[in-house]
Amino acid sequence: MGSATESAPRQPATAPRRQFGDGAVQHRSRWWNFGSRFARNPLAVVSLFIVLGMVFTGTFAPWLAPYDPTEVNYTEVEQMPNLRHPLGTDDHGRDQLSRVIWGARTAIIVAPSATVVGLVLGLFFGSLAGYFGGWIDNVVMRVTDVLFAFPGLLFAILVASTIQPRVEAWLMTFESLGSFVKAGYAEFLVVILALSLVGWAGLARLIRGQILQLKEEQFVEAARAIGARSSRIILRHLLPNALAPIIVSISMGLGGAILAETTLSFLGIGINPPTPSWGAMIYQNFNFWRHPAAPVLLWIPGLIVASLVFAFNFIGDGLHEALNPHLD
Amino acid sequence: MIRHLLRRLLWLPVLLLIVTMITYALGFYGPGDPVKIVMGQRYDPETADRVRHELGLDRPFFIQYGDYVWGLLHGDLGKSIKYRRPVIDLIKSRLWVSFQLNAAALVLGVFAGIPLGVLAAIRHHTWVDYVIVTGTVAGISFPTFVVAPILLWFLAARFRILPPGGWDGLLSTKAVMPIIVLTMGIVAVFVRQTRANMLEVVGQDYVRTARSKGLAERAVVIVHALRNALIPLLTIFGLMVGGLVGGTFIVETIFGIPGIGRLGVQSFFARDYPVIMALTTLIAVAYALANLFVDLGYSIIDPRIRYG
Repeated sequence: MGSATESAPRQPATAPRRQFGDGAVQHRSRWWNFGSRFARNPLAVVSLFIVLGMVFTGTFAPWLAPYDPTEVNYTEVEQMPNLRHPLGTDDHGRDQLSRVIWGARTAIIVAPSATVVGLVLGLFFGSLAGYFGGWIDNVVMRVTDVLFAFPGLLFAILVASTIQPRVEAWLMTFESLGSFVKAGYAEFLVVILALSLVGWAGLARLIRGQILQLKEEQFVEAARAIGARSSRIILRHLLPNALAPIIVSISMGLGGAILAETTLSFLGIGINPPTPSWGAMIYQNFNFWRHPAAPVLLWIPGLIVASLVFAFNFIGDGLHEALNPHLD
Repeated sequence: MIRHLLRRLLWLPVLLLIVTMITYALGFYGPGDPVKIVMGQRYDPETADRVRHELGLDRPFFIQYGDYVWGLLHGDLGKSIKYRRPVIDLIKSRLWVSFQLNAAALVLGVFAGIPLGVLAAIRHHTWVDYVIVTGTVAGISFPTFVVAPILLWFLAARFRILPPGGWDGLLSTKAVMPIIVLTMGIVAVFVRQTRANMLEVVGQDYVRTARSKGLAERAVVIVHALRNALIPLLTIFGLMVGGLVGGTFIVETIFGIPGIGRLGVQSFFARDYPVIMALTTLIAVAYALANLFVDLGYSIIDPRIRYG
């Protein structure tokens, strides 16, 4: 009896071994196992809730925010926090709480888009380079070498500041998109492009390394022997097996993208007012830091950004542990 | 080894050529006309054309680019459009300021980070470890542009302990806050990496052998474990040079320090392309050299590494 209770905590680790060979059950229990491993890491779970909170806030921003975040009101400029404006107002009388809430929407648009674009580029070039090798590999690797020669942020600044007017002019050529540009949404596209151009190279290298390793495995040889096409081997056999490190790096990348977007916006090269962005808010409130309400307005967007970066790092760690059971 | 070194050295100029070309192309096809920005309200097309012609901005891309590279090879970085002075003069004095700031942060980061990392590793799973690790994660997660304004508000506005900005050389109270902000992130990375490496090394056979020989714990940690745990830190050191660039841009802007970071941000807003290109090239050279030295350092420190 005593020994049974002692071995109880080890249940999840031994469970899949017993069910090995039973395809359907094993498949389901692998996800179950992954979930329970992730759930055992309390920091990762808390982090997941932080991120879900941001996604929720961003999605339902129009219903959560008490005011229109871009509405200018010159009779209520630079107010201290009060009942009408819980976080006060900025130098144009815009409600700060609404701007913080809408900042989440900016974040959930920019960071995932930049990550997805970077991921697609990274997957494509990384798997081509890893699978075919030869001159393709050489070209892709030299291109990433060049990208790595620029420190990431510098390259993002360089790209964002140079392509902005071009992108805006290009979007203006489409009649229907004119209002889109005037509303400042072209900035989103610029930041997304800049960040994904910086981000894909690291992913491409990671995926290439994974594929180089995996393609020596026997199941790849077997697939080739039965006449599977290269595209099928890459998509069905190689990439699914390289998923774990890719997922971890996506999680870390999302945090990095939020940080990069806010940094660019802080420097005035990313998302600028009136469109709400946490980075630009920090800059605004740091600019009038003698204003009595400013410290609060520094703390709030600052803490939000920091806790999100925090959260994505912990989720990455948690995923890393949950996806690599042998690490225990 | 020699072949690897040669290949790396030959690749360096090619890399720099590509870097300058990308930067130049971005500036050439990129945004706003610098002449227009400099002239501002006093813009008139005729003068603008003349200025453009004088600066050689009306020639085709490859001629301008070739001219630029030729100048670079002769130590001529071009002339700033905004300041109307040779870029090299602008950069020279500022580079020294930024170098001092970053070197101080890097040295402090290493000397604080490695001992803390070792401490966390030998006190693994105790409160000492947890405190250090939590601090590390905070140090990595808090962006520079959040920490700096908060410190500024706290130490300069609220309590008036330190001056809010400016630059009087490295050994003045004005340098304290920027160095703290720059060091924070570096310490965090070094602690994290040292701790992880130490934990890995401590489990190795040769550490057990050293212990069973009866060596003092201090000798085991320092002579046997730490020496081997330090090797992977070299890579971090190379990456750090790149990471510092971002920090420098923000810290110098916030604290009003006359270094290349602030010059960079100002030049981006003024579309002062000769300055931007010079800075980009400079940073790329520093970064590439740092990584080259890291690679070479690796093969000297760790004889197991051989390049094909």
